[in-house]
Amino acid sequence: MRFDTPATTNPIDQGKVVGQRIHRIDGPLKTTGRAVYAYEWHDPNTRYAYGYVVGSAIAKGRIGSMDVSAAKQAPGVIAVVTSDGIGELKKGKYNTAKLFGGTEIQHYHQAIAVVVAETFEEARAAAALVKVDYAEQKGVFDLAAAKDTAVTPKEGEPDSAAGDFDAAFETAAVKFDQSYTTPDQSHAMMEPHASIAAWNGDDLTVWTSSQMIDWWRTDLATTLGIDKEKVHIMSPFIGGGFGCKLFLRADAVLAALAAREAKRPVKVALPRPFLMNNTTHRPATIQRIRIGAERNGRITAIAHESWSGDLPGGGPEVAVQQTRLLYAGANRMTATRLATLDLPEGNAMRAPGEAPGMMALEIAIDEVAERLGLDPVEFRIVNDTQVDPENRERPFSHRNLVGCLRTGAERFGWQDRNKQPGTRREGNWLVGMGVASAFRNNLVLPSGARVRLDREGIVTVETDMTDIGTGSYTIIAQTAAEMLGVPVDKVAVSLGDSRFPVSSGSGGQFGGNCSTAGVYAACVKLREAVAQKLGFNSSDELTFAEGEVGAGDRRVPLAQAASDESLVVEDRIEFGDLDKTHQQSTFGAHFVEVGVDVATGETRIRRMLAVCGAGRILNPITARSQVIGAMTMGVGGALSEELVVDKERGFFVNHDLAAYEVPVHADIPHQEVIFLDETDPMSSPMKAKGIAELGLCGVAAAVANGIYNATGIRVREYPITLDKLINELPEVS
Amino acid sequence: MRAFSYERASTIEAAAKAAAGTDGAKFIAGGTNLLDLMKLEVETPTHLIDVNRLGLDRIEPAPEGGLRVGALVRNTDLAADERIRRDYAVLARALLAGASGQLRNRATTAGNLLQRTRCPYFYDTNQPCNKRQPGSGCAALGGFSRQLAVVGVSDACIASHPSDMAVAMRALDAVVETVRPDGTTRSIPIADLHRLPGDTPHVEHVLERGELITAVVLPKPVGGKHIYRKVRDRASYAFALVSIAAVVLPNGTGRVAVGGVAPKPWRDEAAERELPNGAKAVTAKLLANARPTEQNAFKVALVERALSAVLAEARG
Ligand SMILES: Cc1cc2nc3c(=O)[nH]c(=O)nc-3n(C[C@H](O)[C@H](O)[C@H](O)COP(=O)(O)OP(=O)(O)OC[C@H]3O[C@@H](n4cnc5c(N)ncnc54)[C@H](O)[C@@H]3O)c2cc1C
Ligand code: SF4
Repeated sequence: MRFDTPATTNPIDQGKVVGQRIHRIDGPLKTTGRAVYAYEWHDPNTRYAYGYVVGSAIAKGRIGSMDVSAAKQAPGVIAVVTSDGIGELKKGKYNTAKLFGGTEIQHYHQAIAVVVAETFEEARAAAALVKVDYAEQKGVFDLAAAKDTAVTPKEGEPDSAAGDFDAAFETAAVKFDQSYTTPDQSHAMMEPHASIAAWNGDDLTVWTSSQMIDWWRTDLATTLGIDKEKVHIMSPFIGGGFGCKLFLRADAVLAALAAREAKRPVKVALPRPFLMNNTTHRPATIQRIRIGAERNGRITAIAHESWSGDLPGGGPEVAVQQTRLLYAGANRMTATRLATLDLPEGNAMRAPGEAPGMMALEIAIDEVAERLGLDPVEFRIVNDTQVDPENRERPFSHRNLVGCLRTGAERFGWQDRNKQPGTRREGNWLVGMGVASAFRNNLVLPSGARVRLDREGIVTVETDMTDIGTGSYTIIAQTAAEMLGVPVDKVAVSLGDSRFPVSSGSGGQFGGNCSTAGVYAACVKLREAVAQKLGFNSSDELTFAEGEVGAGDRRVPLAQAASDESLVVEDRIEFGDLDKTHQQSTFGAHFVEVGVDVATGETRIRRMLAVCGAGRILNPITARSQVIGAMTMGVGGALSEELVVDKERGFFVNHDLAAYEVPVHADIPHQEVIFLDETDPMSSPMKAKGIAELGLCGVAAAVANGIYNATGIRVREYPITLDKLINELPEVS
Repeated sequence: MRAFSYERASTIEAAAKAAAGTDGAKFIAGGTNLLDLMKLEVETPTHLIDVNRLGLDRIEPAPEGGLRVGALVRNTDLAADERIRRDYAVLARALLAGASGQLRNRATTAGNLLQRTRCPYFYDTNQPCNKRQPGSGCAALGGFSRQLAVVGVSDACIASHPSDMAVAMRALDAVVETVRPDGTTRSIPIADLHRLPGDTPHVEHVLERGELITAVVLPKPVGGKHIYRKVRDRASYAFALVSIAAVVLPNGTGRVAVGGVAPKPWRDEAAERELPNGAKAVTAKLLANARPTEQNAFKVALVERALSAVLAEARG
């Protein structure tokens, strides 16, 4: 199905199942431990071997020599596969750093060997016996120091402009110019990367934890130099990814190589410290924002520049993205610059671009509002735009940022905020409120599905879509149930298997909308097949409801269409250029109340509210879970999360979950989420958009603005830890 | 983790003897610190002696009027004990500020005292660390030191001691009881248990090879207001940047021990005498010899400010 004209009324609009508060259908499996995650696959008739990864001890250089003799002789060891022994492997399309193979070291903890043994413990013990001589080279690890060497990236759209920023800024009544920094961040999802590989002749099956089945399949085949058709990927349950499982990772490659060498299925999990230095992370940024405005609050000039770093061949963090679209202003420019750093690979983490971009932009907006003497909610509303401000011919498909801000302000009690910072005191707490807009683009990717109706009236959906904890199983079941007029418990959903039609996968908050649109397309086809089978003219005039199909007075049980054989159809949704003619984005507003301990500078969140305008909400329960999870991640980004770079040795030092501090329950006392009632017919037949990343964008800035309101201290370097406040807090003795 | 042998000791004497008689032997109690370090090969004992079944898990009245806390009493049980909560509240509060419920269920009194630093370089065997590998250097000195010590440090090591419990015990003048391999016992004031790094940061305490901690004795209750204030980046499940264990008497005098700033719980009786003069006066003396790095210099101000808040709370 090609989607190239705005959706009109369709069966999804009935809203009998889609949009309802339905608990996740895979919930019982998860709460009872029966959902099988990558490392847990277990066939009692198989003797698995265990692989343990050896990572580089240096950040940059070459392997001189590797001595694996002691490891090979260690108890239980079956095989040792080394990167200098295996020669160069091809690199997958989506990988920047190579995952394995060759003698060059590009970053700390890059995989250089995998030791395979009868037990995990034996493999781990033997891995420590691998001796490596390195020829170490000096690397570049400090973004601030490398900033001036940054260049304009070759790909994407690094720069943009409209009007004449310089002239307009020069003559603006109010001029604002500030710089901000965001640190490297880790995805820190619960389930580590893990894979089991098994060869059957030339055929390879990998049970793994992947957000994008087809990308993994393709890149694994490329890396191993085998035919894609020979690779079978299974990933039905994923314990979080946040972008870290978008692209093929070392565990899958090593498991495959190890299994080939050991001639047995091999399990490989990356130990927790490898998450930080072996895989990917969100790159640090330095951002400069300039805003010129009239005294009445209208922005006349806005500029956003961002610097980040990555390994050679890598890309920038596109932190200026939202500034091209979020606020009006006739004269504007953005610029993205990229330095070469020898740290581990920087890549997508939840809301790449907007997450760190909004961390900076939304403090800047708060600062300018204060300069203008305007309420920060009103200042944002004054500068709302219904068209792409860089290309005014291009409207937004649907945009209700103003509604989000107004609803939020009212529900949160924004009018009670003290305008004068540092003036609300409750006991030892300085209390403040902060606001920020939320903004994240809506992306569309093609997505396929297969749907089967059997004689019991059970509808089975198969797609290689993944559920990374987001609720894909449930919204896909709801979609099929709505389309075919059956209750959710008559729908079976199978995901995460490369034998199924290729889907959008999970990432960039596109998965929910696109994968259900793919299921919609397949269901439209199935409705047609049902109509034909049952002798109706066309599915157009049919109603599918309560397990029956009908037109006029004739009603037939749906199952009857499959009475002699199952009906199976397949289709995929493909998107035309509605996302070019119209700007598709999602909008929201975050409100946060914080307390800052007047003595110690500890910031603690008191309450949070997010209002989201993001098209049709397919399931308010799973959508809310996405938003509150994202808000929690935003608090981490505001207050504690930072991968600390050792600028001498070139690695992230705090590489475990004791030292990389994500929020715990005690940090998040109260969260509320409101969804505006809206649909976006430009986005897909589902009229839904992304929600999972929107919930993160702007949160940290709302916290930062709350801290400013509480204390009068403006911190522009994340995370806002107490050491950045303590010298400016009031005397306490 | 290296392969190791394991035995479960049935008497205190046998445990101490076995530990002294086997090269590379270590006691294991809750294992919440030791096992983590073994997995990373930061610790590589060849033999483990399990001391969990030595009957050292009781809290009993001590002859001089205090309490005798068995070395194997779990942190959870110690924090929940009625007498501890009533007479040594600073200790109960310190315990509950530490780790998580699950960890406290396993963690023991002796194990908590002897837990090792959380310096991130100590945990990464690819990095130089004088504590882990004497003579290899200290990566933290020019590296990431935000969490580490500001006082009692040396050029060889600036690691901080991570325990909360020990800070409260230091304020309470607890005494550590041990049995040596030859069967003799001794009582070590907690002030003397841990050693400063000097140029031997790998030697962290005064216990001899095979010497087993059997109990910690808390002297007679001293009354006063008991406050434990732990300052950290998140609200729970994080090690202290700075912590203050204070017992403040109605006349304004009292005791103060500080955590997170030194290789051991930090207390100075001379500084304490300044209590009636306020936090500034106390901190000036307590941290007079501080040698912070650029990254952890904030701890000096933080101690003063946190102490000031504690004293205000004590005044009620
Ligand atoms: C994620 C995490 C967070 C934590 N957070 C905190 C925190 O916030 N605050 C805090 O204070 N602690 C914290 N801890 C540390 C925890 O308190 C310690 O791990 C625990 O107290 C150690 O006790 P254990 O009985 O498990 O010791 P073990 O690991 O069994 O032993 C530790 C050491 O003590 C020795 N030992 C044990 N018993 C004896 C004995 N009877 N005689 C002589 N030597 C002995 C062992 O040989 C070993 O060297 C945390 C730990 C973790 C893993
Ligand atoms: S501070 Fe101590 S523990 Fe940390 S690296 Fe230096 S020597 Fe090792």
